[in-house]
Amino acid sequence: MNWNTILIRYGEMSLKGKNKSKFVRKLKENIKVALSELTTLKMRAERDRMFIYTERLEELDRAVEILPTVFGIQSFSPIAICEPTLEAIKETSLKVLSKTETEGKTFKVDVKRTNKSFPLDTGELQQELGGHVLRTFPNLIVKMKKPEILLYVEIQREAAYISSHTYRGAGGMPVGSNGHSLLLLSGGIDSPVAGYQMMKRGVAFDAIHFASPPFTSDLALQKVEDIVRQLTKFGSTIRLHIIPFTELQQAIIKQVPSNLTMTTTRRMMMKIADRVREETGALGLITGESMGQVASQTLESLTTINEVTSTPVLRPLIAMDKLDIIQIAEKIETYEISIRPFEDCCTVFTPPSSKTKPQLEKVLYYESFQSFDEMVEEAVKNRTTVIPSQRIEDVFDDLL
Amino acid sequence: MYFDHSATTKTDERVLRTFMEVSTTYFANPASLHAAGKLAEKLLEKARLQVLSTLGLELTEGVFTSGGTEANNLAILGYVYANQQKGRHLITTVIEHPSVLRVFQFLETQNFTVDYLTVDCEGRISLDELKTLLRRDTLLVSIMHVNNEIGTIQPIAECANIIHSQSRAVFHSDCVQSFGKIHIGDAQNSPDLVTLSGHKIYGIKGSGFLAYRKKMRLQAISYGGGQERNLRNGTVSVPHAAALAKAARLQVEETDIQQFQQWRGELVRFFSDIEDCLVLASHTSAPYIVSVAFRHVTGEVVVNYLQERGIYVSTSSACSSKKNDVSHVIEAIRLPKDFEKGVIRISFGKDQTTDEIHRLKEAVNQFMQLLKRGIRK
Repeated sequence: MNWNTILIRYGEMSLKGKNKSKFVRKLKENIKVALSELTTLKMRAERDRMFIYTERLEELDRAVEILPTVFGIQSFSPIAICEPTLEAIKETSLKVLSKTETEGKTFKVDVKRTNKSFPLDTGELQQELGGHVLRTFPNLIVKMKKPEILLYVEIQREAAYISSHTYRGAGGMPVGSNGHSLLLLSGGIDSPVAGYQMMKRGVAFDAIHFASPPFTSDLALQKVEDIVRQLTKFGSTIRLHIIPFTELQQAIIKQVPSNLTMTTTRRMMMKIADRVREETGALGLITGESMGQVASQTLESLTTINEVTSTPVLRPLIAMDKLDIIQIAEKIETYEISIRPFEDCCTVFTPPSSKTKPQLEKVLYYESFQSFDEMVEEAVKNRTTVIPSQRIEDVFDDLL
Repeated sequence: MYFDHSATTKTDERVLRTFMEVSTTYFANPASLHAAGKLAEKLLEKARLQVLSTLGLELTEGVFTSGGTEANNLAILGYVYANQQKGRHLITTVIEHPSVLRVFQFLETQNFTVDYLTVDCEGRISLDELKTLLRRDTLLVSIMHVNNEIGTIQPIAECANIIHSQSRAVFHSDCVQSFGKIHIGDAQNSPDLVTLSGHKIYGIKGSGFLAYRKKMRLQAISYGGGQERNLRNGTVSVPHAAALAKAARLQVEETDIQQFQQWRGELVRFFSDIEDCLVLASHTSAPYIVSVAFRHVTGEVVVNYLQERGIYVSTSSACSSKKNDVSHVIEAIRLPKDFEKGVIRISFGKDQTTDEIHRLKEAVNQFMQLLKRGIRK
C-alpha cells in the first residue's frame, strides 16, 4: 500500500466546456504556489481531477491543512493506492479504515470500475467488500444515504484507489480564471471581504487605497498593506496602488457644501480608480458597498456616485448584512487588522451630516467651479505602487 | 540502510533550504551597520533564541561555533582561563569524548589538577564518587549526557543538584548525542554550560553551539574582531546559525522516541538471545543507540560483513574507529577481554523503518551461522 497521494476534485469549473483546460492549468498553478513549502511535491492534472504526491507523510498532512484555502477545489481525499486485485483491495480497505474511528459510525461502500475487465462487477464488488469490512469492523452500521464513512474504491487498469475521508474544498473557481479587476480598499471591514468574495469567483485584482497625509498616518498605510498580505494567502499576489489624496480632498471641502462633500469625494475616488483600472488593463471595479449601510450606500447615493463611469462596478456585499460580513472577515482573518483604530481618508473629514439622496444636478453644479479632472489626473500620475511582500518576521519564522 | 546516526546524519532538505536561502538573501555581515547587516543580525539573534528555547533550560546566552569540538574546547578552556583565580581543581569522567578529555589532559600540563570519575560496567558514573571528589577549589565539572560509543545516559539533573549545592564549581555537559531527543536535566537542575552540534540532528556539518548561563565569565580561545560577544572571533556564519535553529526545531518536533525505544527493545532481546553476543549499557542506554560486543571477532569484521549487505553500522565510535586498539570507553567499562575488540554501534535515525531493523536482524543471524561453520571447520 502506498499512502502518499491526494486526489483533488474540481469545483464548478467542471462545467466549463472548452475553456476547461485553461481552468485546470490555472488551478494547478495556484495549488503549486500554495504548496510551495513542500519539498517533494509532484502533481498530475487530468481532465476531471488532479493528483498530488509527496514523499513525506508530514508534507501530506501539511497539504491537507493548506488545500482548503485554495479556490476551485470542490473536495479532496488522501488515497491509498494498491494493486487492482480483489485481495489487495480488501486488505487495503481494512488498513484505510483502521485509521479512522469506526465505533458506531454509519458506512457505505462506493465502487467505481473503469477497468471493465475486473472479474467482479460493481454491485458484486460492493457486496463482497462491504461484507469483508463488516466482518472486521462489526460496529459499523450500513447506511446508503449520507453515511458518515464512505469507503470509496476506484479500480483502474493499473491500480486501485481507496479512500475513507473526503475533505471539503473552498469551492469557487481558481483565482485568475475570471479576469482581473481593481479593488477599492479603505482599510475597513467590508472591502477585504468584497475582495475575498470576488477571488472566490476566480477574479484576480490589484488594490487601490487613498491616503491623505499628514492627516492619515503611516500606520493606516501599514494596516492596508497587512490586509493585502492577508488576502494574498487566498490565491494571488496583489499590487497596491496608493493615491495621494490630500490636495483633492481639501479642494472638495473648499468647493462643495459640507452635506455633499462625501458624495463628491466618492465620485472622485471612483474616477481615479477607473483611470488606474484603465492603465493597468483591468476590467472591473470592486467595492465593499452594502445596500443602505451608510449615507453613501443608499440607492440614490450609489446612482449619483456611479455616474462617473460606465465600467462594471462589482459589489459582492450589496445584499449582505453587516454581521454576516463580519463573520467572513473573522474567518479570513482580516477582521483583527481592520479594527485597528487608525483614521483613513474617509474618516478624517467627516461632515456633520451627509445627504442620503444627493441630486446629481446639484453635485455637478458645485463640481463645475473647480478643475477636478486635472487634479484626478495628477493623483493618478503621482500614485505609488507596491507589492506588499511577506513581513520580515514571518519570513524569518518560515526560515527557522 | 544507514544505522550510523550517532556518527552523523543526512542533512534535512528543509534545513538545506534555509541554509541556501539565508546564504543568498541574508548574506550580509551581521556586524555591518547598514540595513542588510542589521537584518542579518536580527535573523542571527532570532536563531540564537530559538536554539536556546529548544533546550528548555534556564540558559539565556549562547554562542555559535564550528561544531561540538569547538564548543567543548570553548566551554572548558574559556571558563577555566577566565576564572582560574577561583581554583585549579577540575573534574570530568573517563568516558568523555576526546574533545573534552584531551582538553583536560592539556590543562593537567598547565598546573591544573584533574580528577576522573570512573564508571560501572554499564558506563554510569557514581554520584557518591562525585560528592567525594568535589572540593572547595573545584572550578569546573564536565560530564557528558549521552555517551557516543555505548549510549549510556548520565543523571544530569542529579549531578547538577550535587555540584551546585556542594560546591562553587560550574557544570558543563557535552550534550551532542542527546540534543533534541532526550531532555537535558530540568529547569531547576541544569548544567551551566551545554554543548550542542548540528550535524547529529540533520543539520549542516560545521555548526555547533555553546549555551551558557547569564553573567557567566568566559574568555575567547582564539583572537580576532570580537564577534559573538567577544567569545568567538571571526565573521559569524548566519546561514549556519539559521540552519542550526531550524534543525533543532525540527528535531524537537519530529523525534519519535517511542519508536526508537521499541526498536531498541527488539534488538536488545534479539542480541541477548545470541550466544557470544553482549549488549552494552543494556539498562542505561539512550533509546536510539544499541552497542553490542561479539566474542572472538573484531568489530571491523562485523562492520565489513554487514556493509556487504548494504547495512552501515560502525565500530564503537566513528572518531576512534580507524585505530585498531580498544577505545577508552570500552576499557572503562571493563568488558571481558575476549569481547573488547568486537564492539559495534547501531544508531537509529528518523528515516529508519521497522523493515530495516528486521533486515539487520536477518543479516546478523546469517553472520552468526557463518561464524559457527567457520569455527567447526
